Amino acid sequence: MSDDRLLEVRDLKVEFHTRDGVVKALNGVSYGVDAGETLAVLGESGSGKSVTAQAIMGILDMPPGRIAGGEILFQGQDLLTLGREERRRIRGPRMAMIFQDALSSLNPVLSVGWQLGEMFRVHRGASRQEAKARAVELMERVRIPAARQRVNDYPHEFSGGMRQRIMIAMALALEPDLIIADEPTTALDVTVQAQVMELLADLQREYRMGLILITHDLGVVADVADRIAVMYAGRIVENAPVKELYATPAHPYTQGLLDSIPRLDQKGSELYAIRGLPPNLLRIPDGCPFHPRCPRVRDVCRTELPPLYAVSPEVTTDPGAEADAAGADAAGSDAVGSDAVGPDAVSPDAAPLAGADVTEVPAVGERSSACHFWKETLDDVHRHSS
Amino acid sequence: MAESTREPILEVRNLVKHFPLTQGIVFQRQVGAVRAVDDISFELYPGETLGIVGESGCGKSTVAKLLMSLERPTSGEIFYKGEDISRLSGRALKAVRRNIQMVFQDPYTSLNPRMTVGDIIGEPFEIHPEVAPKGDREAKVRELLDVVGLNPEYINRYPHQFSGGQRQRIGIARGLALNPEIIICDEPVSALDVSVQAQVINLMEKLQDEFGLSYLFIAHDLSIVRHISDRVGVMYLGKMVEIGSDSAIYDHPTHPYTQALLSAVPLPDPDAREGRERIILTGDVPSPANPPSGCRFRTRCWKAQDRCSEELPVLAVPQRFADADTAVAHESACHFAEEKPHVAHA
Repeated sequence: MSDDRLLEVRDLKVEFHTRDGVVKALNGVSYGVDAGETLAVLGESGSGKSVTAQAIMGILDMPPGRIAGGEILFQGQDLLTLGREERRRIRGPRMAMIFQDALSSLNPVLSVGWQLGEMFRVHRGASRQEAKARAVELMERVRIPAARQRVNDYPHEFSGGMRQRIMIAMALALEPDLIIADEPTTALDVTVQAQVMELLADLQREYRMGLILITHDLGVVADVADRIAVMYAGRIVENAPVKELYATPAHPYTQGLLDSIPRLDQKGSELYAIRGLPPNLLRIPDGCPFHPRCPRVRDVCRTELPPLYAVSPEVTTDPGAEADAAGADAAGSDAVGSDAVGPDAVSPDAAPLAGADVTEVPAVGERSSACHFWKETLDDVHRHSS
Repeated sequence: MAESTREPILEVRNLVKHFPLTQGIVFQRQVGAVRAVDDISFELYPGETLGIVGESGCGKSTVAKLLMSLERPTSGEIFYKGEDISRLSGRALKAVRRNIQMVFQDPYTSLNPRMTVGDIIGEPFEIHPEVAPKGDREAKVRELLDVVGLNPEYINRYPHQFSGGQRQRIGIARGLALNPEIIICDEPVSALDVSVQAQVINLMEKLQDEFGLSYLFIAHDLSIVRHISDRVGVMYLGKMVEIGSDSAIYDHPTHPYTQALLSAVPLPDPDAREGRERIILTGDVPSPANPPSGCRFRTRCWKAQDRCSEELPVLAVPQRFADADTAVAHESACHFAEEKPHVAHA
């Protein structure tokens, strides 16, 4: 594990007990974030991206939710073993969350200054006056014009973009090491979205925070992320540095998502569409959960759940890909150490990893794909692009 | 396409919609108006798709409601095949509405949860029995389900038994029921998951070819609008600021707002991150109840000069581009319209 590793989620399983049965929202999610790094978690609704975030923050509704297994290591400490009070002391000063809908996340009957100051009063024992002064500072920091005059305004008196800035200010208040942003710009217009994303990126650089950006927008991800984890049916299906993921996706689902973006040269022709629908989490298909929609499905996919394979670059003969892969390999090998899932552990015929612990968190910068046929997927991409 | 030689199927002239702002409970007096749509003109030709883009609050959904006669315009005309439909009522309005149908944004709230799919799609036939006589209806509904790619056996199911994408197909089937000529789509895919959006867009394009439909496609996703539209209009604060063919708007935008909008769209290409020049607008959209004088965009525009606050720019082909034979010669409502190099586009 690298020293910079801020957060590591290992084989996290969450289920919800409902009248209709057990909804398996997370089925073994593993990912890691380094300090100063932006990890984008990409997925459709119901893929489990928000549930993971809530589990990390410790704000999952339990019951009906239940953490059925796994570990959440934050700066080396397993959060799931901590008590309520200890979790509360981490939430705010050390990790914070930005929610999608700022209007319903802010309390409508308290002024924004009061809500911002609450962080200082509760966690730092600041006086009311002190807290208000800090609130004004924060509002200036997120570039809200006339902060001093507006500190006593209520959330409804701000526009959508300004409200989102207040949410960001609140998350930043105690300068946490990790920020989780759950669809922070989805409800905003594009011109405002650009402002907010720029602000978030600036502040992240300034404080060298780890950022988990949860989104379904492939454009936003390409703009700001360092690495991407793609989720499907409560699992990570692909994990890769941003450029490699867009250039050479190693999972058919990622490939399908990228292909369904309207492109200039496709005008007038049919868009590529992934067939079928996302699975019902009450009845996740056997084997690979993506197999009913996969263009590359074979018998083994229907019966055998693919683990996260380390995507090793050597298999491809494409010269361009080798250059890409060299970087990933270097990052992988110095971080892996004795882990079994190093690039070398992969047998060239892409058989399931014999004896390897499939729930191992892939090392930082290492590519991985949960597809039995990731190699063929990669080769296909190369053939198309060349 | 030789648009000038064809008759528009729908023509909008100087359309205005102001919503009054009142004060007082017993004696209400008007203290102002939200200028949701303020003097908009455009045409829709048979078989074409006109995309309308703009941020929330720019009036694009109000335009859709006006075209459907769900709202009455404050002034201006809407011509359907040469006939002004904005003042129609009763039987005449009903006849026109048969030909203009709508697909709504939210497939979760636009279908009645207590009606079966068959009842939802068949309801238009209750209003217009001449399209499908009573005995024929079920067969017709099954046919419609098949056309939009749903299993005809689902006819007795309820909306909650379907996913978002399937519900939107039900909404489209309802829109198609009366064989309309125009379908107004207000954000038809924005509530859907990415992997399902493409399916619905493909369906809409297929139906357009099959039935010769004209679409007015309202959306805020610029790349989808580009994919489906023949022409695109850009709205800002109740005004149309630029309109032209898709390549005119996306490759040769001359209005600063369009340029800013296009540059703000995040591109799904990490390599484009460094190279592109982004125009980040400052501030928010002003209130439509109290829009700026002159050009409405001037408060956020980096080119604004004194002239912009005094003189309202008209939507016309800018003088300096009038003779250009490329797509740059299209209507743009800016005093200082010019092309900006390196505008990355969606």
